[in-house]
Amino acid sequence: MKIAVLMRVVPDPVEELEIEGHDLDRDFLGYVLNEFDDHALEEGLLLKEDTGGSLTAYAIGTADEVEQMLHTAIAKGADEAKMLGEEIEAIDAHAQAATFTNAIRDSGFDLILSGVQAADELDGQVPMLVAAALGIPHMSVVVGTTPQGEGLRVTKEYWGGITAEYQVTLPAVLGVQTAREAPRYVAVARIKQAQDSGALESVDLVQPDPAGRIRITEMRLPDIGDGAEMIEGDEEAAAERVYEILSSAGVV
Amino acid sequence: MGTEISPKVDPSRVIEHETYELEGVDISGHWNRMFEQRVIFDYDVEQLDRVTALGGGESMGYCYQCAQCIAVCPVDHVGDYGPRKIYRKLQVGMDFFTSDDLWLCTTCGNCLRVCPKEVDMLQIIPAVRKEAVLEGTVPPELQDVFEKTARYGNPLGKNSKRRHAWTKGLDVEVPIIADLDRKVDVLWWVSDYPSYHPRGMEASRSLARVLTKLGIDFAILGAEERHDGDSMLRAGEQGLFEMLADQNIETLNKYEFDVLLTTDPHAYNAFLNEYPARGGEYNVEHYSTFLAGRIEELGLSENIGSKVTFHDPCYLGRQNGVYDEPRELIEALPGVELVEMWRIRQNGYCCGGGGGGMWLDGFAADNQNMRLSEKRVLEAVETGADTLCVVCPYEVSRFEDAVKSTNNDEALVVRDISELLAQAMGLATG
Amino acid sequence: MANILVYAEHLNGEITDASFELIALARGLVSSTDGNVEATIIGTGAIALADQLGGADTILVGETDALGEFNPQGHAAVFTDLISRRQPDICLVPYTSIGMDVASVAAAASDLPLASYCLSVDIQSGLTATCQLYGGKVEVDVEIDGDRAIFAMLSGCASADQGRSGGAGVVESIDVAVPDLGISFLSLSEPEGGDVDITAEEVLVAIGRGIESEDNIEEAQGLADAMGAALGASRPIIDQGWLPKSRQVGKSGLSVKPKVYLALGISGAPEHLEGMRDSATIIAVNSDPQAPIFGVAHYGWVGDIFDFMPELTDRLEG
Repeated sequence: MKIAVLMRVVPDPVEELEIEGHDLDRDFLGYVLNEFDDHALEEGLLLKEDTGGSLTAYAIGTADEVEQMLHTAIAKGADEAKMLGEEIEAIDAHAQAATFTNAIRDSGFDLILSGVQAADELDGQVPMLVAAALGIPHMSVVVGTTPQGEGLRVTKEYWGGITAEYQVTLPAVLGVQTAREAPRYVAVARIKQAQDSGALESVDLVQPDPAGRIRITEMRLPDIGDGAEMIEGDEEAAAERVYEILSSAGVV
Repeated sequence: MGTEISPKVDPSRVIEHETYELEGVDISGHWNRMFEQRVIFDYDVEQLDRVTALGGGESMGYCYQCAQCIAVCPVDHVGDYGPRKIYRKLQVGMDFFTSDDLWLCTTCGNCLRVCPKEVDMLQIIPAVRKEAVLEGTVPPELQDVFEKTARYGNPLGKNSKRRHAWTKGLDVEVPIIADLDRKVDVLWWVSDYPSYHPRGMEASRSLARVLTKLGIDFAILGAEERHDGDSMLRAGEQGLFEMLADQNIETLNKYEFDVLLTTDPHAYNAFLNEYPARGGEYNVEHYSTFLAGRIEELGLSENIGSKVTFHDPCYLGRQNGVYDEPRELIEALPGVELVEMWRIRQNGYCCGGGGGGMWLDGFAADNQNMRLSEKRVLEAVETGADTLCVVCPYEVSRFEDAVKSTNNDEALVVRDISELLAQAMGLATG
Repeated sequence: MANILVYAEHLNGEITDASFELIALARGLVSSTDGNVEATIIGTGAIALADQLGGADTILVGETDALGEFNPQGHAAVFTDLISRRQPDICLVPYTSIGMDVASVAAAASDLPLASYCLSVDIQSGLTATCQLYGGKVEVDVEIDGDRAIFAMLSGCASADQGRSGGAGVVESIDVAVPDLGISFLSLSEPEGGDVDITAEEVLVAIGRGIESEDNIEEAQGLADAMGAALGASRPIIDQGWLPKSRQVGKSGLSVKPKVYLALGISGAPEHLEGMRDSATIIAVNSDPQAPIFGVAHYGWVGDIFDFMPELTDRLEG
């Protein structure tokens, strides 16, 4: 099975986000691997182990975090990894999808995996947009796959723990929520080996900006605590107040 | 007396002279009978060989089952463990690389201290763990910590930019060396827990006040400081250790300072014993020796009025020979009586935080009947002390948790030596 | 004058609350501008459910058994076809496991802009919306280029009850031309009964990433016990395997409405809020003053949950 995994970095949730104009202040922003893409990679590696074949990881731009992410993918078992073009330093899922599509369109992949969503997909989800551009079926919120005949048996998660099984013929795009197993660990030493191996390729390519036709007119930190009574004081005061609240609610 | 040789004995192994006289005494025949050494090798030594084949794993083969180690292994005191037992299990086919046993050792070093054959678990355990880590067989708790440390430079996964947030609003100045742009006498390596953990931050603030009162010219690295890597090395992530060490050495080499002062014995051990091989040689001191050398200047005037017992941290004491200085400091505190536990100094009992143990409590809980830190707290309480004094940042949180879980909240408090000193100097703590 | 097409999703014979919210939202939008609200329900059992959507002016029913409970490819194709035939100005789709599959593909195939993570929509002067990004940490106001769009709405954008009530919508049958499908629906699975049914509990203590390690869950359980509460969790805790799926609160877990919901170390991403925002009293503890959970909580304290938990446990144990 020839597998492509589309990977993205997103602003690190641990950071306090600052806003500059209509975008995040990206000067000192730390980025991390989008956790759903980590699961997509893991599911891809497991399928590669199941069926033989190959796995190529793709990411956009040349930032350190992107390089690190792709070297880690190689260390975990990706056959190839490619850095595509330049960073897209804006909230633009269409541009990301267009870049990925251009890179993989003629490569004959059987399966394209990516994380079901990323924290900045305002104008659509990347895996779905890629599927639409390639004219192939797609399914999202995937929580597990098994090879079945020429295609895949795929589990989709709904709500309340409800799941459904599907048979998917390839080629197809899947938006992964969680892989069958937790993403594997790879030792720093192996990532270093990957760095030294030179398996990471930089690819120049046309990056269309098809404009999602959505314009951000204002960005702000939400007005939180409107309505929430914020308790003052230390943990003792907080516990006391909460005890009061529980009493009034008839809980204690 | 029977002089017949049992038919079960292989005759070729018998050494006997029909006639023999030794120094005028006739010891002919059965009187001088001996048997050749017989090697009992019913065991498939494959698993043992896998360990001894590793660089650092050789000494595992030296074990001759005397069990001196079991008596002093802290994990065996609350479970079933020790080098002799591991040797035995290897003999009967345990795959050490995938066994839970691989992750229970805290690398405290007490076994090595007493082993007549110098079976060196401090080399063996990291060597085997390194292979397991390369294969990706790591307990998930630890995997998470490796990933956080690699990404954020600290095992807690905290924002690296906020490493010096503990200095905010402090009543004394704690300069960042990059801002000073000059040489300092003392570069204080704060470490992760003293930077990010609430109790660690309190100890840091106390120490900052003590150093200021002493008139020490000091500074910290702040956000540039990363985990020293020592615990990662013991836990098997050699690649991560090397990455951190190289980054830290690059950072340290930018600045000029006389003394590299550490609060963390693990960092102390790293700088003293591991970093030189990677090009980082510094004049490193642990804060207990640094302060003990200045007892006269501290001005310890306020009466503490406590019975204090002291826990020897493995990486300061047994591994690097520092036992007296912390005790000197405690005994210098006014109104303080130092009472000793029975497992102290070279025989100190591990708190369980070393060798990655800090992040394997969930795992250990499945294999031990209580935590090492709980065992130690019970020992401290037995002394009649009301205060347990520590000089390692892993310990404050471990022992305070253990005080709670053994229901000794009323009996014992845990204090870093900085906090006690600051208190005795009439300075604020916390 | 605006025509709105609402995608009503259903599973296991039930139309979701989210769908009713969209009907209420649509009604609200056309009340000020004139216009039509059409709701579409596609798939197996659509006819039987159609009456519930009376809040819409027209109910477009595409009954077919060819797509099973839900077929990402099939349902999206039918919806796309419907859009081209009815030419709505706006489509409203719930931002759910079903809605995600349908909205993006329909948007791409119909060449319409798509706004996701929407909290609210306004059509008075052009098409605008307010959306949440970065797990709810950031809010954006957006303007659509053009006069037609698809909006994927977060739950809680309107009142589901309002959407259920009233109306005498006209039911219209639509042709469902199911294309060749690369995806076929096989079966639906319901979760096994867990040890605890958190939806039936009066008091819940819920933990999030702030709990940091599996080890610390014990302390939270102790607090829950002292409160006579059950322990729930947000998705990351379940994904790690630290608690069973039966304890998951949120979009892909369970929806709960207890008397008291105590959220510890939960940041409040929209997916989680969806599962608990209707709780009678929400108390949140988080060390991040910007945590979105404080936006839905009734009471909040900014601080360390590891300081808070033992204090409250002590207080409760007397």
